[in-house]
Amino acid sequence: MASMVFAIPRPVHPTGIWSWITTIDHKRIGILYGVTAFILFLSGGVEALLIRAQLALPDQNLVTPEVYNQLFTMHGTTMIFLAIMPLGAAFFNFVIPLQIGARDVAFPRLNAFSYWTFLAGAIILKSSWLLADAPNAGWFAYSPLTGIQANPTHGIDLWVVSLQVLGVASLAAAFNFIVTIVNLRAPGMSLMRMPIFVWMSLITAILLVLAFPVITVALFELSLDRVFGFNFFVVAAGANPVLWQHLFWVFGHPEVYILILPAMGIVSEILPTFSKKPLFGYPAVVLAGAIIAFMGWMVWSHHMFTVGLGPIANSVFAITTMAIAVPTGVKVLNWIATLWGGSISFRTPMLFALGFIAMFTIGGISGVMHAMAPSDAQQQDTYFIVAHIHYVLFGGAIFAIMAGIYYWFPKFSGKMYNESLGKLHFWIMTIGFNISFFPMHFAGMYGMPRRIYIYNEGMGWEIYNMLSTVGAFMMAFSFLIFIYNIVTNWRNGEDAPDDPWDARTLEWSISSPPPEYNFVNIPVVKTLDDWWNTKHEDSDHLPMPAAGGSEDAEEHHDIHLPQPSYWPIILSFGLMLLGFGFIYNFYVGGLGAAIAMIAVYAWSFEPVNDPEPENNNH
Amino acid sequence: MTIIPTYVILSPVVGDINSLESSSKVITKKLITLWVLGHRRLNKFKANFKFARTLFVVLSLLVVSVFSASCVGFGSSQSTFEVSGPVAQNQLNLFNIILVLGVIVFVIVEAALIYVIIKFRRKNDDDIPEQTHGNRTLEITWTIIPALILIIAAIPTVSGVFFAANPPLSADEGAIVVEATGHQWWFEFDYPQYGVHTANEIHIPVDTPVIINLRSDDVIHSFWVPKLAGKVDMIPGNKNHLWFQADEAGEYLGQCAEFCGVAHANMRFRVVAESMEDFTAWTEHQLSEPQEPIEPLASQGKSLFMGARGGCMACHQVRGTNAMGKIGPDLTHVASRTTLAAGITKNTQGNLKSWIRNPEKIKPGNLMSANAPIYQENSDELTEAEISALAAYLGTLK
Repeated sequence: MASMVFAIPRPVHPTGIWSWITTIDHKRIGILYGVTAFILFLSGGVEALLIRAQLALPDQNLVTPEVYNQLFTMHGTTMIFLAIMPLGAAFFNFVIPLQIGARDVAFPRLNAFSYWTFLAGAIILKSSWLLADAPNAGWFAYSPLTGIQANPTHGIDLWVVSLQVLGVASLAAAFNFIVTIVNLRAPGMSLMRMPIFVWMSLITAILLVLAFPVITVALFELSLDRVFGFNFFVVAAGANPVLWQHLFWVFGHPEVYILILPAMGIVSEILPTFSKKPLFGYPAVVLAGAIIAFMGWMVWSHHMFTVGLGPIANSVFAITTMAIAVPTGVKVLNWIATLWGGSISFRTPMLFALGFIAMFTIGGISGVMHAMAPSDAQQQDTYFIVAHIHYVLFGGAIFAIMAGIYYWFPKFSGKMYNESLGKLHFWIMTIGFNISFFPMHFAGMYGMPRRIYIYNEGMGWEIYNMLSTVGAFMMAFSFLIFIYNIVTNWRNGEDAPDDPWDARTLEWSISSPPPEYNFVNIPVVKTLDDWWNTKHEDSDHLPMPAAGGSEDAEEHHDIHLPQPSYWPIILSFGLMLLGFGFIYNFYVGGLGAAIAMIAVYAWSFEPVNDPEPENNNH
Repeated sequence: MTIIPTYVILSPVVGDINSLESSSKVITKKLITLWVLGHRRLNKFKANFKFARTLFVVLSLLVVSVFSASCVGFGSSQSTFEVSGPVAQNQLNLFNIILVLGVIVFVIVEAALIYVIIKFRRKNDDDIPEQTHGNRTLEITWTIIPALILIIAAIPTVSGVFFAANPPLSADEGAIVVEATGHQWWFEFDYPQYGVHTANEIHIPVDTPVIINLRSDDVIHSFWVPKLAGKVDMIPGNKNHLWFQADEAGEYLGQCAEFCGVAHANMRFRVVAESMEDFTAWTEHQLSEPQEPIEPLASQGKSLFMGARGGCMACHQVRGTNAMGKIGPDLTHVASRTTLAAGITKNTQGNLKSWIRNPEKIKPGNLMSANAPIYQENSDELTEAEISALAAYLGTLK
């Protein structure tokens, strides 16, 4: 009866744009995430280029200080929440079900919902530019600067609401992937036979589930202060603004591991493939990832060494932070040992993976410098920190993401990218990156604070800033090469074979791109790196039945696929209206809430189209 | 063979460190030596060793030259390398320790990376190398060694934390105390021991510990004089402190180092270290009240300042007059300061006039432009004559 209330029929074989709007296929959702996040990454890059243009010379006034403050706030928030995290999600989506031998994730509509809600959060945040009211208090938004008194316009509210919406998207995705990885692995794939990327994704998803509630609470408290006059962070009423910092960084530090662990997972897949050797010390790498995630909860106050928490607190957090360098270093050494004795090929994904090791090591070393609290007292809030974060987030996460895009490009697009352009992209980006960010170590040690829109001639910082700007534009140029390569070859590139890299994991055992149902038969897994084992080592192993999807194989199997649905995007739309409405107009908010409630109800009760054997094999 | 490059790296830094630091360096060097000697696996690769060693030495020298050139060749008035006091020196020493360790790790890791990608590059597409899965001994060793190195690094870290937190003398024992309050976007300073009240510039005697108590009136700021000490935040509602000591006389640059709003970049200050006699003279002078201006232009300026036209007395204090405003910086001895507008321009008559004429241009977002009636749309702008008069008056407030 309930399903009769909603006359909207569930889509059946939608085509064109509707097939994207109603898709619940993890492969399409992965592509949606990847393309959207990459465009947002470019927007964050434009924000960075404007920052660098302003700082290229001393005493410049290309932008006002207010706009500059909005630029660095939006750049940081965009890159972390709208670029790196969703690019990670793109890989979780596309790769995990293929690597574990599943047909899709555990909750396909929830998966689509995660994407559309991410898009809603992105729209809320980026619209702040169009509303001439972008947030301006930095990506970590310290109180009391974000209070209604110090910051009366809506920019901060847009920041808060967008992060809440993005949090919903992230949590939904995290739950989805945990259940998928725990429950939907192919028979024979024990946890210790799982690809390392799946392990890192599982750990990341657990971190997401535990960390996001903390920032959700902090954001609610800030909203209550700003909108309803509460006093969580209001000093005049007796509050301690340091509370915000504790809440934020208890989230914020695990967040940086959320950013880097998937990247490490990608690199851990690529290095073995292109050296034709297994990952050295797979159990140790898994354990190191888990230890990093666990210890990541014990280090947050290293962001607060100058807050005056006292020498005991500072000493404890200095020690825990230094400790976390140990499992991180173990991973780096395991990667190098993977290469040792291998047969190394320098295709573009491998170049980026090697670049990751080189750059992330530098970022890790500067991280240990910050861990030592007395030296951090000079480095905190200077360009030395900016250098560190970009070595680990750009030299680390972005390099790994680029590696992953090139690596899995044949699989998701069915085409080969142009190898020479890929290499050119790598070299220009790497050189530009180091020219841009290495000098920042010096600017910082020479006393240049961060988040300043202007500096005077004669401070001794001119050369470093000019170099940083030149490098930034070089990086931007390298991305033009990347975009050209990907876009032209996605349309017109050479067809890709199933397994162009002679790789090790299950996604390479099926066609490029995979059929909608992924595997004709769910594979039975015997070892870690089962696909490699099948190809090279186990000559008695019977070839897997028609994994690529020959026409005859299709007819004989009852493959039930999840069906497309309208309700995820409608629910996300409702949440977006709720978000905007909370800030600007409670009626719009009410409308959004109503749409959301209807969507949840309809989603729960929507019919499953009666499966008939002929209609399913496609 | 790692001893030679290690020594090369260590030698530039061995210069001016105290004994705790040098003994931990010695221990570190010994550990590295032990590690190298115990690492018998390296013997297996004797044939390739020459190449690896060359690579290692080249990388080490490259790194050392880059660092030396950058550290020595360029400088800054806010450099954390050109320290002038024990706290900053302690912090720099710690940085140097981790810099050496970091460079060693960098060279080892990057050399290993470059070595493997050259030595093990693919020569034949059909080659399948031995599928090594791991090596327990190696993995345990390379977990323990970094842990030991970090444990050693933790010792000067913890001692440095306590060193910076605890002034060697208390206020009663001879330390100078300054109460610093951060405002958007200027620094207010009080000397409870002397009764001095001023803004944006403090004087201290050399070779004397100075305790700065840190407060804020609005949002979080940070007090940072890089050549004297690392920063500590000024948090409204909280009581923080730091201490430092200047070993040499001179003028030290300070800057707010916690993002505090639109004019954060323009919130700076000065610390002037001088002999005890000069310092005492300064405090006495700061307590004195200014004389009535004699010169007619300055006298005019005073009337403007105190009257409705300028309205300055509503926010600023000039002791000994009717100007008792507490919202903006105290101007009683503004002409004695080296800078204006919170450390951002030199204190000259020309700059003072520019500031009075159009403060928004010099320090966009400042609260004087935002709030003072004279700068609002509905008011007549100050004329050049009025500006000269005001500047002349302020110039008498030495």
